[in-house]
Amino acid sequence: MQTIPLDLPGTKVRNDAGLRPPVQVVPTTVTTDTQVRARQLTKRFGDNTILDQLDLDIRPGEFVALLGRSGSGKTTLLRALAGLDRITSGTLDVPQARAAVFQEPRLMPWKRAWRNVTLGLNIDQPRERANQALAEVGLAHRENAWPATLSGGEAQRVALARALVREPKLLLLDEPFAALDALTRIRMHQLILALWREHRPSVLLVTHDVDEAVLLADRVLVLEKGRIVSDIAITQPRPRSAERPEFQRVRAQLLQLLGVEIEAAPEPVAPVSTPVHTPFNFSNFSI
Amino acid sequence: MSVLTPALNASPPGARRWAIGKTITPLVKRAIGPLVLLVIWEIASRTGVLPERILAAPSQIFVTLGELIASGEMGSNVLVSLQRVCTGLAVSLTLGTALALIAGLTRQGEMAVDSTMQMARTLPFLGLVPLFILWFGIGEFTKIALIAFATTFPMYLTLYSGIRGIDSKLVEAARLFGLSYPQLIVHVILPGALPSFLVGLRYSLGVSWLSLVAVEQINATAGLGYLINNARDFMRTDVIVVCLLVYSLLGLATDLLVRAIEHYALAWRPTFIKD
Repeated sequence: MQTIPLDLPGTKVRNDAGLRPPVQVVPTTVTTDTQVRARQLTKRFGDNTILDQLDLDIRPGEFVALLGRSGSGKTTLLRALAGLDRITSGTLDVPQARAAVFQEPRLMPWKRAWRNVTLGLNIDQPRERANQALAEVGLAHRENAWPATLSGGEAQRVALARALVREPKLLLLDEPFAALDALTRIRMHQLILALWREHRPSVLLVTHDVDEAVLLADRVLVLEKGRIVSDIAITQPRPRSAERPEFQRVRAQLLQLLGVEIEAAPEPVAPVSTPVHTPFNFSNFSI
Repeated sequence: MSVLTPALNASPPGARRWAIGKTITPLVKRAIGPLVLLVIWEIASRTGVLPERILAAPSQIFVTLGELIASGEMGSNVLVSLQRVCTGLAVSLTLGTALALIAGLTRQGEMAVDSTMQMARTLPFLGLVPLFILWFGIGEFTKIALIAFATTFPMYLTLYSGIRGIDSKLVEAARLFGLSYPQLIVHVILPGALPSFLVGLRYSLGVSWLSLVAVEQINATAGLGYLINNARDFMRTDVIVVCLLVYSLLGLATDLLVRAIEHYALAWRPTFIKD
Protein backbone atom coordinates (compact mmCIF):
# COMPACT_ATOMS: atom_id res chain seq x y z
CA MET A 1 0.00 0.00 0.00
CA GLN A 2 1.33 3.36 -0.93
CA THR A 3 1.44 5.75 1.93
CA ILE A 4 3.27 8.95 2.51
CA PRO A 5 6.06 8.44 4.99
CA LEU A 6 6.06 10.91 7.78
CA ASP A 7 9.29 12.65 6.81
CA LEU A 8 8.29 13.43 3.25
CA PRO A 9 7.98 17.17 2.83
CA GLY A 10 4.37 18.22 2.55
CA THR A 11 3.14 18.61 -1.00
CA LYS A 12 2.23 22.14 -1.87
CA VAL A 13 -0.69 21.36 -4.12
CA ARG A 14 -3.99 22.81 -3.04
CA ASN A 15 -6.97 20.68 -3.63
CA ASP A 16 -8.94 23.03 -5.76
CA ALA A 17 -12.09 21.75 -7.32
CA GLY A 18 -11.47 19.55 -10.30
CA LEU A 19 -7.82 19.11 -9.49
CA ARG A 20 -6.62 15.55 -9.20
CA PRO A 21 -5.84 14.81 -5.60
CA PRO A 22 -2.10 14.64 -5.01
CA VAL A 23 -2.13 11.30 -3.28
CA GLN A 24 -4.23 8.40 -4.33
CA VAL A 25 -4.72 5.22 -2.40
CA VAL A 26 -3.73 2.22 -4.38
CA PRO A 27 -5.68 -0.89 -3.45
CA THR A 28 -3.72 -3.45 -1.55
CA THR A 29 -2.12 -6.07 -3.66
CA VAL A 30 -0.46 -7.75 -0.72
CA THR A 31 -2.85 -10.26 0.73
CA THR A 32 -2.51 -9.34 4.35
CA ASP A 33 -5.63 -10.15 6.28
CA THR A 34 -7.84 -7.12 6.52
CA GLN A 35 -10.49 -6.38 9.06
CA VAL A 36 -12.28 -3.94 6.79
CA ARG A 37 -12.17 -4.11 3.04
CA ALA A 38 -14.15 -1.76 0.86
CA ARG A 39 -13.95 -1.76 -2.92
CA GLN A 40 -15.64 0.74 -5.23
CA LEU A 41 -17.85 1.69 -2.34
CA THR A 42 -20.50 4.09 -3.57
CA LYS A 43 -23.34 5.73 -1.73
CA ARG A 44 -25.82 8.03 -3.41
CA PHE A 45 -28.68 9.98 -1.97
CA GLY A 46 -30.77 10.85 -5.01
CA ASP A 47 -28.44 12.65 -7.40
CA ASN A 48 -25.87 13.37 -4.70
CA THR A 49 -22.93 11.03 -4.68
CA ILE A 50 -21.64 11.02 -1.13
CA LEU A 51 -19.16 8.16 -1.41
CA ASP A 52 -17.62 7.80 -4.83
CA GLN A 53 -16.04 4.42 -5.59
CA LEU A 54 -14.07 4.47 -2.40
CA ASP A 55 -11.46 1.85 -1.55
CA LEU A 56 -10.45 1.25 2.03
CA ASP A 57 -8.51 -1.35 3.96
CA ILE A 58 -8.07 -1.51 7.69
CA ARG A 59 -5.81 -4.16 9.18
CA PRO A 60 -6.61 -5.99 12.39
CA GLY A 61 -5.64 -3.88 15.38
CA GLU A 62 -4.95 -0.82 13.28
CA PHE A 63 -5.96 2.63 14.50
CA VAL A 64 -7.13 4.71 11.56
CA ALA A 65 -8.29 8.29 11.71
CA LEU A 66 -10.53 9.73 9.04
CA LEU A 67 -10.37 13.47 8.41
CA GLY A 68 -12.41 15.54 6.07
CA ARG A 69 -14.29 18.77 5.77
CA SER A 70 -17.96 18.74 6.61
CA GLY A 71 -19.91 17.18 3.81
CA SER A 72 -16.98 15.10 2.65
CA GLY A 73 -18.77 11.86 3.49
CA LYS A 74 -16.99 10.95 6.75
CA THR A 75 -20.12 10.10 8.66
CA THR A 76 -21.70 8.36 5.67
CA LEU A 77 -18.67 6.09 5.43
CA LEU A 78 -18.83 5.32 9.13
CA ARG A 79 -22.56 4.59 8.93
CA ALA A 80 -21.96 2.27 5.99
CA LEU A 81 -19.29 0.41 7.98
CA ALA A 82 -21.62 0.22 10.96
CA GLY A 83 -24.31 -1.27 8.77
CA LEU A 84 -26.72 1.56 9.52
CA ASP A 85 -27.05 2.60 5.89
CA ARG A 86 -27.20 0.41 2.83
CA ILE A 87 -24.55 1.13 0.23
CA THR A 88 -25.57 1.89 -3.34
CA SER A 89 -22.89 -0.20 -5.03
CA GLY A 90 -19.50 -1.74 -4.46
CA THR A 91 -18.37 -4.34 -1.98
CA LEU A 92 -17.81 -4.01 1.70
CA ASP A 93 -16.38 -6.60 4.07
CA VAL A 94 -16.65 -5.81 7.74
CA PRO A 95 -16.43 -8.06 10.79
CA GLN A 96 -19.64 -9.10 12.45
CA ALA A 97 -18.43 -7.86 15.83
CA ARG A 98 -18.69 -4.11 15.49
CA ALA A 99 -19.46 -1.41 17.98
CA ALA A 100 -19.68 2.34 17.79
CA VAL A 101 -19.43 5.40 19.95
CA PHE A 102 -21.10 8.51 18.61
CA GLN A 103 -20.65 12.19 19.28
CA GLU A 104 -23.56 12.08 21.71
CA PRO A 105 -23.49 9.13 24.14
CA ARG A 106 -26.88 7.73 23.00
CA LEU A 107 -27.52 6.03 26.33
CA MET A 108 -31.06 4.93 27.08
CA PRO A 109 -32.11 7.51 29.69
CA TRP A 110 -34.43 4.98 31.37
CA LYS A 111 -31.73 2.41 32.01
CA ARG A 112 -29.09 2.61 34.71
CA ALA A 113 -25.46 2.82 33.59
CA TRP A 114 -24.75 -0.89 33.89
CA ARG A 115 -27.93 -1.85 32.04
CA ASN A 116 -26.95 0.47 29.24
CA VAL A 117 -23.61 -1.31 29.00
CA THR A 118 -25.20 -4.73 28.52
CA LEU A 119 -28.06 -3.46 26.37
CA GLY A 120 -29.18 -6.16 23.96
CA LEU A 121 -26.57 -8.66 25.14
CA ASN A 122 -27.63 -12.16 25.98
CA ILE A 123 -24.84 -13.20 28.32
CA ASP A 124 -24.35 -14.92 31.64
CA GLN A 125 -23.84 -12.66 34.64
CA PRO A 126 -24.51 -9.44 32.75
CA ARG A 127 -24.04 -7.37 35.86
CA GLU A 128 -20.52 -8.64 36.48
CA ARG A 129 -19.58 -8.11 32.86
CA ALA A 130 -20.99 -4.59 32.89
CA ASN A 131 -19.12 -3.75 36.06
CA GLN A 132 -15.88 -5.04 34.60
CA ALA A 133 -16.34 -2.85 31.54
CA LEU A 134 -17.30 0.14 33.68
CA ALA A 135 -14.24 -0.40 35.86
CA GLU A 136 -12.09 -0.34 32.74
CA VAL A 137 -13.32 3.14 31.92
CA GLY A 138 -12.99 4.21 35.55
CA LEU A 139 -16.69 4.28 36.33
CA ALA A 140 -17.18 1.27 38.60
CA HIS A 141 -18.69 3.53 41.25
CA ARG A 142 -21.34 4.85 38.83
CA GLU A 143 -22.88 1.49 37.82
CA ASN A 144 -26.28 2.42 39.22
CA ALA A 145 -26.37 6.00 38.01
CA TRP A 146 -29.11 7.24 35.70
CA PRO A 147 -27.63 8.66 32.48
CA ALA A 148 -29.13 12.07 33.25
CA THR A 149 -26.90 12.33 36.32
CA LEU A 150 -23.69 11.64 34.41
CA SER A 151 -21.41 14.38 33.15
CA GLY A 152 -20.66 14.54 29.43
CA GLY A 153 -17.34 12.77 29.89
CA GLU A 154 -18.82 10.10 32.15
CA ALA A 155 -21.69 9.43 29.74
CA GLN A 156 -19.22 9.07 26.89
CA ARG A 157 -17.18 6.62 28.98
CA VAL A 158 -20.30 4.54 29.63
CA ALA A 159 -20.88 4.55 25.87
CA LEU A 160 -17.30 3.36 25.45
CA ALA A 161 -17.83 0.60 28.01
CA ARG A 162 -20.99 -0.41 26.14
CA ALA A 163 -18.95 -0.73 22.95
CA LEU A 164 -16.06 -2.61 24.57
CA VAL A 165 -18.16 -5.16 26.44
CA ARG A 166 -19.10 -6.54 23.03
CA GLU A 167 -15.41 -7.27 22.31
CA PRO A 168 -15.60 -5.67 18.87
CA LYS A 169 -13.16 -6.45 16.12
CA LEU A 170 -13.98 -3.08 14.62
CA LEU A 171 -14.58 -0.06 16.83
CA LEU A 172 -16.18 2.91 15.07
CA LEU A 173 -15.76 6.28 16.72
CA ASP A 174 -17.82 9.13 15.25
CA GLU A 175 -16.32 12.32 16.67
CA PRO A 176 -16.73 10.93 20.18
CA PHE A 177 -14.74 13.68 21.85
CA ALA A 178 -16.11 16.65 19.92
CA ALA A 179 -18.64 17.69 22.56
CA LEU A 180 -16.27 17.37 25.50
CA ASP A 181 -14.27 20.11 27.17
CA ALA A 182 -10.55 20.31 26.48
CA LEU A 183 -9.39 18.69 29.72
CA THR A 184 -11.87 15.82 29.50
CA ARG A 185 -10.87 15.31 25.90
CA ILE A 186 -7.21 14.84 26.88
CA ARG A 187 -8.21 12.23 29.44
CA MET A 188 -10.43 10.49 26.90
CA HIS A 189 -7.54 10.36 24.43
CA GLN A 190 -5.40 8.62 27.02
CA LEU A 191 -8.22 6.26 27.90
CA ILE A 192 -8.99 5.30 24.33
CA LEU A 193 -5.33 4.53 23.63
CA ALA A 194 -5.07 2.43 26.79
CA LEU A 195 -8.21 0.48 25.90
CA TRP A 196 -7.09 0.04 22.32
CA ARG A 197 -3.74 -1.40 23.49
CA GLU A 198 -5.58 -3.73 25.85
CA HIS A 199 -8.24 -5.03 23.46
CA ARG A 200 -6.62 -4.42 20.07
CA PRO A 201 -9.70 -3.80 17.93
CA SER A 202 -9.35 -2.10 14.59
CA VAL A 203 -10.41 1.48 15.14
CA LEU A 204 -11.85 3.97 12.70
CA LEU A 205 -11.96 7.39 14.29
CA VAL A 206 -13.92 10.00 12.40
CA THR A 207 -12.83 13.44 13.49
CA HIS A 208 -12.42 16.99 12.29
CA ASP A 209 -9.59 17.61 14.75
CA VAL A 210 -6.26 17.23 12.95
CA ASP A 211 -4.26 17.16 16.19
CA GLU A 212 -6.44 14.41 17.60
CA ALA A 213 -5.93 12.34 14.45
CA VAL A 214 -2.15 12.73 14.48
CA LEU A 215 -1.95 12.15 18.21
CA LEU A 216 -3.87 8.86 18.17
CA ALA A 217 -3.80 7.10 14.84
CA ASP A 218 -1.45 4.78 13.00
CA ARG A 219 -2.79 6.12 9.76
CA VAL A 220 -4.67 9.26 8.85
CA LEU A 221 -6.97 9.26 5.86
CA VAL A 222 -8.29 12.41 4.27
CA LEU A 223 -11.66 12.16 2.63
CA GLU A 224 -12.78 14.60 0.01
CA LYS A 225 -15.82 14.45 -2.23
CA GLY A 226 -16.42 10.84 -1.29
CA ARG A 227 -12.92 9.62 -2.04
CA ILE A 228 -9.89 9.05 0.08
CA VAL A 229 -7.45 11.58 -1.29
CA SER A 230 -4.54 10.84 0.99
CA ASP A 231 -3.37 8.18 3.32
CA ILE A 232 -0.62 9.21 5.70
CA ALA A 233 1.13 6.77 8.00
CA ILE A 234 2.14 8.20 11.35
CA THR A 235 5.25 6.34 12.33
CA GLN A 236 6.11 8.48 15.33
CA PRO A 237 6.17 6.25 18.41
CA ARG A 238 3.64 6.83 21.16
CA PRO A 239 3.46 8.75 23.44
CA ARG A 240 3.39 11.52 20.91
CA SER A 241 3.94 15.14 21.62
CA ALA A 242 2.40 17.97 19.68
CA GLU A 243 5.65 19.84 20.33
CA ARG A 244 7.75 17.61 18.12
CA PRO A 245 8.67 18.93 14.67
CA GLU A 246 7.52 15.72 12.98
CA PHE A 247 4.10 16.17 14.51
CA GLN A 248 4.01 19.74 13.32
CA ARG A 249 4.97 18.75 9.81
CA VAL A 250 2.23 16.15 9.45
CA ARG A 251 -0.22 18.53 10.96
CA ALA A 252 0.67 21.26 8.47
CA GLN A 253 0.46 18.78 5.64
CA LEU A 254 -2.97 17.58 6.71
CA LEU A 255 -4.29 21.07 7.20
CA GLN A 256 -3.18 21.91 3.72
CA LEU A 257 -4.92 18.87 2.33
CA LEU A 258 -8.03 20.01 4.12
CA GLY A 259 -7.74 23.37 2.43
CA VAL A 260 -6.59 25.37 5.42
CA GLU A 261 -3.64 27.63 4.59
CA ILE A 262 -1.40 28.25 7.54
CA GLU A 263 1.43 30.75 7.61
CA ALA A 264 4.82 29.23 7.11
CA ALA A 265 6.12 28.94 10.62
CA PRO A 266 9.82 29.24 11.34
CA GLU A 267 11.61 26.24 12.87
CA PRO A 268 10.99 25.27 15.60
CA VAL A 269 7.35 25.41 14.81
CA ALA A 270 4.98 27.34 17.02
CA PRO A 271 2.64 25.46 19.38
CA VAL A 272 -0.19 23.61 17.72
CA SER A 273 -3.40 25.26 18.63
CA THR A 274 -3.84 28.87 19.53
CA PRO A 275 -2.19 29.34 22.90
CA VAL A 276 -4.58 28.83 25.75
CA HIS A 277 -4.32 31.49 28.41
CA THR A 278 -4.30 29.20 31.36
CA PRO A 279 -1.39 28.50 33.72
CA PHE A 280 -0.50 25.60 31.51
CA ASN A 281 -0.72 24.98 27.83
CA PHE A 282 -2.61 21.98 26.48
CA SER A 283 -0.05 21.42 23.76
CA ASN A 284 2.41 20.47 26.48
CA PHE A 285 0.40 17.39 27.16
CA SER A 286 1.59 14.25 25.56
CA ILE A 287 -0.14 10.96 25.25
CA MET B 1 -17.09 29.33 59.15
CA SER B 2 -16.87 25.93 60.81
CA VAL B 3 -16.72 27.64 64.17
CA LEU B 4 -19.91 29.51 63.43
CA THR B 5 -21.94 26.55 62.18
CA PRO B 6 -22.75 24.96 65.56
CA ALA B 7 -23.90 28.33 66.81
CA LEU B 8 -26.19 28.65 63.79
CA ASN B 9 -27.58 25.15 64.23
CA ALA B 10 -28.32 25.83 67.90
CA SER B 11 -31.12 28.19 66.95
CA PRO B 12 -33.78 28.96 69.55
CA PRO B 13 -36.34 26.13 70.03
CA GLY B 14 -39.14 28.40 68.83
CA ALA B 15 -37.72 28.48 65.32
CA ARG B 16 -39.17 25.10 64.25
CA ARG B 17 -42.67 25.89 65.37
CA TRP B 18 -42.32 29.20 63.55
CA ALA B 19 -41.55 27.36 60.30
CA ILE B 20 -44.60 25.11 60.66
CA GLY B 21 -46.71 28.13 61.40
CA LYS B 22 -45.48 29.71 58.22
CA THR B 23 -46.64 26.77 56.09
CA ILE B 24 -49.97 26.48 57.90
CA THR B 25 -50.93 30.11 57.61
CA PRO B 26 -51.40 30.10 53.81
CA LEU B 27 -53.40 26.85 54.10
CA VAL B 28 -55.74 28.49 56.60
CA LYS B 29 -56.05 31.50 54.37
CA ARG B 30 -56.93 29.30 51.44
CA ALA B 31 -59.54 27.41 53.49
CA ILE B 32 -61.33 30.58 54.54
CA GLY B 33 -63.19 30.98 51.23
CA PRO B 34 -64.73 27.50 51.06
CA LEU B 35 -65.47 27.55 54.80
CA VAL B 36 -67.37 30.81 54.52
CA LEU B 37 -69.33 29.33 51.60
CA LEU B 38 -70.20 26.27 53.69
CA VAL B 39 -71.39 28.42 56.58
CA ILE B 40 -73.58 30.55 54.27
CA TRP B 41 -74.94 27.33 52.70
CA GLU B 42 -75.74 25.89 56.14
CA ILE B 43 -77.44 29.11 57.29
CA ALA B 44 -79.46 29.26 54.05
CA SER B 45 -80.64 25.69 54.59
CA ARG B 46 -81.47 26.18 58.28
CA THR B 47 -83.45 29.36 57.59
CA GLY B 48 -85.35 27.68 54.77
CA VAL B 49 -83.99 29.96 52.03
CA LEU B 50 -82.50 26.85 50.40
CA PRO B 51 -85.11 24.05 50.50
CA GLU B 52 -83.89 20.47 50.86
CA ARG B 53 -85.34 19.33 47.55
CA ILE B 54 -83.01 21.86 45.82
CA LEU B 55 -79.92 21.19 47.89
CA ALA B 56 -79.48 19.49 51.26
CA ALA B 57 -77.62 21.21 54.08
CA PRO B 58 -73.91 20.44 54.54
CA SER B 59 -74.60 18.97 57.98
CA GLN B 60 -77.27 16.70 56.47
CA ILE B 61 -74.85 15.62 53.73
CA PHE B 62 -72.25 14.58 56.28
CA VAL B 63 -74.82 12.65 58.29
CA THR B 64 -75.96 10.85 55.12
CA LEU B 65 -72.38 10.08 54.18
CA GLY B 66 -71.86 8.54 57.61
CA GLU B 67 -75.04 6.46 57.26
CA LEU B 68 -74.19 5.22 53.77
CA ILE B 69 -70.75 4.18 54.91
CA ALA B 70 -71.99 2.59 58.13
CA SER B 71 -74.66 0.56 56.37
CA GLY B 72 -72.09 -0.70 53.84
CA GLU B 73 -74.24 0.60 50.99
CA MET B 74 -71.56 3.03 49.83
CA GLY B 75 -68.81 0.44 50.00
CA SER B 76 -70.63 -2.19 47.97
CA ASN B 77 -71.72 0.29 45.29
CA VAL B 78 -68.25 1.81 44.96
CA LEU B 79 -66.89 -1.71 44.61
CA VAL B 80 -69.27 -2.50 41.76
CA SER B 81 -68.34 0.73 39.97
CA LEU B 82 -64.66 0.13 40.57
CA GLN B 83 -64.96 -3.30 39.04
CA ARG B 84 -66.63 -1.89 35.92
CA VAL B 85 -63.99 0.81 35.58
CA CYS B 86 -61.12 -1.64 35.99
CA THR B 87 -62.54 -4.07 33.43
CA GLY B 88 -63.16 -1.27 30.96
CA LEU B 89 -59.68 0.13 31.49
CA ALA B 90 -58.06 -3.27 31.06
CA VAL B 91 -59.77 -3.56 27.67
CA SER B 92 -58.86 -0.04 26.58
CA LEU B 93 -55.28 -0.41 27.79
CA THR B 94 -54.82 -3.50 25.65
CA LEU B 95 -56.61 -2.02 22.69
CA GLY B 96 -55.02 1.42 22.91
CA THR B 97 -51.51 0.02 23.27
CA ALA B 98 -51.93 -2.43 20.41
CA LEU B 99 -53.36 0.20 18.06
CA ALA B 100 -50.71 2.78 19.03
CA LEU B 101 -47.93 0.27 18.36
CA ILE B 102 -49.41 -0.59 14.97
CA ALA B 103 -49.82 3.05 14.00
CA GLY B 104 -46.60 4.23 15.62
CA LEU B 105 -44.21 1.65 14.27
CA THR B 106 -45.20 1.17 10.65
CA ARG B 107 -46.17 3.49 7.85
CA GLN B 108 -48.93 1.15 6.63
CA GLY B 109 -50.20 0.80 10.18
CA GLU B 110 -50.42 4.55 10.52
CA MET B 111 -52.46 4.79 7.32
CA ALA B 112 -54.76 1.97 8.36
CA VAL B 113 -55.30 2.96 11.99
CA ASP B 114 -54.59 6.61 12.65
CA SER B 115 -57.19 8.35 10.48
CA THR B 116 -59.87 5.95 11.69
CA MET B 117 -58.96 6.61 15.30
CA GLN B 118 -58.82 10.37 14.76
CA MET B 119 -62.32 10.19 13.29
CA ALA B 120 -63.75 7.91 15.96
CA ARG B 121 -62.36 9.95 18.83
CA THR B 122 -64.50 12.93 17.85
CA LEU B 123 -67.70 10.87 18.11
CA PRO B 124 -69.74 12.06 21.06
CA PHE B 125 -69.54 9.25 23.56
CA LEU B 126 -72.98 9.91 25.00
CA GLY B 127 -74.50 9.78 21.53
CA LEU B 128 -73.28 6.23 21.21
CA VAL B 129 -75.13 5.02 24.31
CA PRO B 130 -78.43 4.24 22.50
CA LEU B 131 -76.59 2.54 19.65
CA PHE B 132 -74.57 0.39 22.03
CA ILE B 133 -77.79 -0.58 23.83
CA LEU B 134 -79.32 -1.63 20.51
CA TRP B 135 -76.25 -3.65 19.61
CA PHE B 136 -75.28 -5.18 22.91
CA GLY B 137 -78.41 -4.97 25.03
CA ILE B 138 -78.67 -3.48 28.47
CA GLY B 139 -76.39 -5.87 30.30
CA GLU B 140 -72.94 -5.58 31.77
CA PHE B 141 -71.27 -5.88 28.37
CA THR B 142 -72.62 -2.55 27.13
CA LYS B 143 -71.48 -0.75 30.27
CA ILE B 144 -67.95 -2.06 30.02
CA ALA B 145 -67.80 -1.57 26.25
CA LEU B 146 -68.78 2.08 26.65
CA ILE B 147 -66.15 2.68 29.33
CA ALA B 148 -63.55 0.95 27.17
CA PHE B 149 -64.58 2.97 24.13
CA ALA B 150 -64.31 6.27 25.94
CA THR B 151 -60.94 5.53 27.53
CA THR B 152 -59.15 4.00 24.54
CA PHE B 153 -58.56 7.28 22.73
CA PRO B 154 -56.50 9.17 25.31
CA MET B 155 -54.24 6.15 25.72
CA TYR B 156 -53.94 5.61 21.97
CA LEU B 157 -53.24 9.26 21.16
CA THR B 158 -50.58 9.83 23.79
CA LEU B 159 -48.81 6.53 23.26
CA TYR B 160 -48.83 7.06 19.50
CA SER B 161 -47.30 10.52 19.78
CA GLY B 162 -44.88 9.21 22.40
CA ILE B 163 -43.67 6.51 20.03
CA ARG B 164 -43.32 9.03 17.21
CA GLY B 165 -41.39 11.36 19.48
CA ILE B 166 -38.65 8.89 20.38
CA ASP B 167 -35.14 10.04 19.49
CA SER B 168 -34.29 8.17 16.30
CA LYS B 169 -30.64 8.22 17.37
CA LEU B 170 -31.50 5.96 20.30
CA VAL B 171 -33.33 3.56 18.01
CA GLU B 172 -30.32 3.56 15.71
CA ALA B 173 -27.95 2.85 18.60
CA ALA B 174 -30.19 0.02 19.77
CA ARG B 175 -30.22 -1.48 16.28
CA LEU B 176 -26.45 -1.24 16.09
CA PHE B 177 -26.09 -2.99 19.43
CA GLY B 178 -28.05 -5.93 18.13
CA LEU B 179 -31.49 -5.51 19.66
CA SER B 180 -34.14 -7.59 17.95
CA TYR B 181 -37.41 -5.95 17.00
CA PRO B 182 -39.34 -7.19 20.07
CA GLN B 183 -36.40 -6.17 22.28
CA LEU B 184 -36.42 -2.75 20.64
CA ILE B 185 -40.09 -2.34 21.55
CA VAL B 186 -39.59 -3.47 25.15
CA HIS B 187 -36.30 -1.74 25.93
CA VAL B 188 -36.46 1.41 23.84
CA ILE B 189 -39.83 2.27 22.35
CA LEU B 190 -42.22 1.61 25.22
CA PRO B 191 -40.02 3.13 27.97
CA GLY B 192 -39.38 6.14 25.73
CA ALA B 193 -43.09 6.65 25.11
CA LEU B 194 -44.04 6.07 28.74
CA PRO B 195 -43.95 9.71 29.95
CA SER B 196 -46.37 10.69 27.20
CA PHE B 197 -48.53 7.62 27.78
CA LEU B 198 -48.94 8.33 31.49
CA VAL B 199 -50.56 11.66 30.60
CA GLY B 200 -53.04 9.67 28.54
CA LEU B 201 -53.61 7.23 31.37
CA ARG B 202 -54.48 10.12 33.66
CA TYR B 203 -57.01 11.40 31.11
CA SER B 204 -58.46 7.93 30.69
CA LEU B 205 -58.96 7.44 34.40
CA GLY B 206 -60.78 10.77 34.61
CA VAL B 207 -62.96 9.87 31.63
CA SER B 208 -63.74 6.44 33.10
CA TRP B 209 -65.34 7.98 36.21
CA LEU B 210 -67.29 10.41 34.07
CA SER B 211 -68.56 7.65 31.83
CA LEU B 212 -69.78 5.72 34.89
CA VAL B 213 -72.52 8.29 35.50
CA ALA B 214 -73.92 7.77 32.03
CA VAL B 215 -73.30 4.04 31.85
CA GLU B 216 -74.83 3.19 35.20
CA GLN B 217 -78.12 4.74 34.19
CA ILE B 218 -78.64 1.75 31.93
CA ASN B 219 -80.56 -0.87 33.84
CA ALA B 220 -78.17 -0.85 36.76
CA THR B 221 -78.95 -2.30 40.18
CA ALA B 222 -75.72 -1.25 41.81
CA GLY B 223 -72.90 1.24 41.40
CA LEU B 224 -72.34 4.90 42.06
CA GLY B 225 -74.32 5.95 39.00
CA TYR B 226 -77.20 3.76 40.14
CA LEU B 227 -77.06 5.38 43.57
CA ILE B 228 -77.30 8.85 42.02
CA ASN B 229 -80.18 7.92 39.74
CA ASN B 230 -82.03 6.27 42.56
CA ALA B 231 -81.51 9.32 44.75
CA ARG B 232 -82.88 11.54 41.99
CA ASP B 233 -86.09 9.48 41.92
CA PHE B 234 -86.53 9.99 45.65
CA MET B 235 -85.34 13.61 45.54
CA ARG B 236 -82.54 12.81 47.97
CA THR B 237 -80.24 15.75 47.18
CA ASP B 238 -78.05 14.78 50.13
CA VAL B 239 -77.30 11.36 48.57
CA ILE B 240 -76.58 12.97 45.20
CA VAL B 241 -74.06 15.36 46.74
CA VAL B 242 -72.47 12.52 48.70
CA CYS B 243 -72.06 10.55 45.49
CA LEU B 244 -70.53 13.57 43.75
CA LEU B 245 -68.14 13.88 46.68
CA VAL B 246 -67.18 10.24 46.35
CA TYR B 247 -66.60 10.73 42.60
CA SER B 248 -64.21 13.58 43.25
CA LEU B 249 -62.41 11.56 45.93
CA LEU B 250 -62.05 8.64 43.54
CA GLY B 251 -60.74 11.02 40.89
CA LEU B 252 -58.22 12.33 43.39
CA ALA B 253 -57.21 8.82 44.39
CA THR B 254 -56.63 7.70 40.80
CA ASP B 255 -54.58 10.82 40.18
CA LEU B 256 -52.43 9.95 43.18
CA LEU B 257 -52.10 6.45 41.79
CA VAL B 258 -50.80 7.73 38.47
CA ARG B 259 -48.43 10.05 40.31
CA ALA B 260 -47.09 7.07 42.24
CA ILE B 261 -46.63 5.14 39.00
CA GLU B 262 -44.84 8.13 37.49
CA HIS B 263 -42.60 8.43 40.50
CA TYR B 264 -41.58 4.82 40.20
CA ALA B 265 -41.50 4.34 36.44
CA LEU B 266 -40.03 7.70 35.52
CA ALA B 267 -37.37 7.73 38.21
CA TRP B 268 -34.80 8.21 35.45
CA ARG B 269 -36.10 11.63 34.50
CA PRO B 270 -34.01 14.52 35.80
CA THR B 271 -36.99 16.06 37.60
CA PHE B 272 -37.43 12.95 39.72
CA ILE B 273 -33.78 12.39 40.46
CA LYS B 274 -32.76 13.45 43.91
CA ASP B 275 -29.05 13.26 44.53
